[in-house]
Amino acid sequence: MARNWIREPEAADELLELLGLSFVLEGCFLQASSDQWRWDLDPACTFSVKGIKMEIVEQKEFELGYHTDLLIMAEEEIQIELKDEAADLAPFDPTKKKKKKKVIIQDPAEDSVEQLAEKTENLSGHTLNAVSENLEPTFTGLKKKKKKQVQTDLLDDEPENADEDVDYPIGEDEEAEGIVLQQQKLPWEGTDRDYKYEELLGRVFHILRENNPELAGDRRRTVMRPPQVLREGTKKTVFVNFMDLCKSMHRQPEHVMTFLLAELGTSGSLDGQQRLVVKGRFAPKNFEGILRRYVNEYVICNGCKSPDTILSKENRLFFLRCEKCGSGRSVAQIKAGFVARVGRRKAGT
Amino acid sequence: MSELDLQIPSPFDPFAESNAEDSGAGSKDYVHIRIQQRNGRKSLTTVQGLKKEFSYNKILKDLKKEFCCNGTVVQDSELGQVIQLQGDQRKNVSSFLTQAGIVKKDHIKIHGF
Repeated sequence: MARNWIREPEAADELLELLGLSFVLEGCFLQASSDQWRWDLDPACTFSVKGIKMEIVEQKEFELGYHTDLLIMAEEEIQIELKDEAADLAPFDPTKKKKKKKVIIQDPAEDSVEQLAEKTENLSGHTLNAVSENLEPTFTGLKKKKKKQVQTDLLDDEPENADEDVDYPIGEDEEAEGIVLQQQKLPWEGTDRDYKYEELLGRVFHILRENNPELAGDRRRTVMRPPQVLREGTKKTVFVNFMDLCKSMHRQPEHVMTFLLAELGTSGSLDGQQRLVVKGRFAPKNFEGILRRYVNEYVICNGCKSPDTILSKENRLFFLRCEKCGSGRSVAQIKAGFVARVGRRKAGT
Repeated sequence: MSELDLQIPSPFDPFAESNAEDSGAGSKDYVHIRIQQRNGRKSLTTVQGLKKEFSYNKILKDLKKEFCCNGTVVQDSELGQVIQLQGDQRKNVSSFLTQAGIVKKDHIKIHGF
């Protein structure tokens, strides 16, 4: 397999790690189709709390029945599972679960859902198939949540190289330490120590990111299209995509227009095709600067910087309310200020 | 926390801020520097909202000398006196006013493109 290294792995534990990873990746194929999530516990194939709760209840009942048989079990298994589950459910006997799991996790760059689905179907009869055996210790954290689930892991936007199959953020600490990462998933596994805040935080974000990426989503910048400006004659400027920009900002065109005209210090109006015609000669850059100021003042929420806000008028005052974080603030009124008289004076005045 | 505790006993005066800072002249009186287009590539710069204590004519005289442009003080019915300068002097004016200590930098608002 050809690899594009930034740096060749040299140290012994790096090589060991590479070996392990290539072992995991063996037999994975690359396809052009995009990765997908499937949640098998729910008929709708979407993640739901109800689904997981039902699964847990089922599990508990099942395990209570067999409790006596299972008193003896591997020490590390208990620890792993209990700790993983501790966050969301009361402790229960987890050994039974292990048999049910059929998780295949593969690198997003290397695999596709179809393939995985196929694979799981083939293997569904077995309790532990080869692939999951490989992966099992590594991905215990994931498995708890998603039994019988096909996973192509990682968000697509994570540009990790293909050899870094272990995506759990916490896992990387161990890699650095050079411990055999296949054996341990979470840093606290197999030990009695308390969880560190960073580790728990990483875990929460990992779970959040894989279940609903938009919640943990990295802040995306608000992008606006550049204004398109035409010259009408020599003295007028037409702002072509004015309406589009207003819509993308969720603002009344009147409000944006008054602001633009006040800032430009000219007069103007909307024409038949909902374009803004402004008197005077202006470059697109000028509009851009003013729109930027408009967005900062009347669109962006000061608290969370999200552009998802509503401008409402209460008792002649404008208030901005954020839809994301719920904060509100008042905004200044648009004032044209002093406008000097330019052009020819009429004889009468 | 301790600061908060100290403040609690005294009755809250909602107008304390505005009274203390800028005596009765609105919330935060900005100096607005605007530009206005004229015919061709000519333009005007207007400076509005300077404090009344200043002698507008003296400021204007220095501005004119500094930027080598003409200008006037215009009497507006609502906004009082406004300085008008020829040409795009927005940056010049704002740096002049801050350096002369007439206005603080964060009290200047430059409008226009």
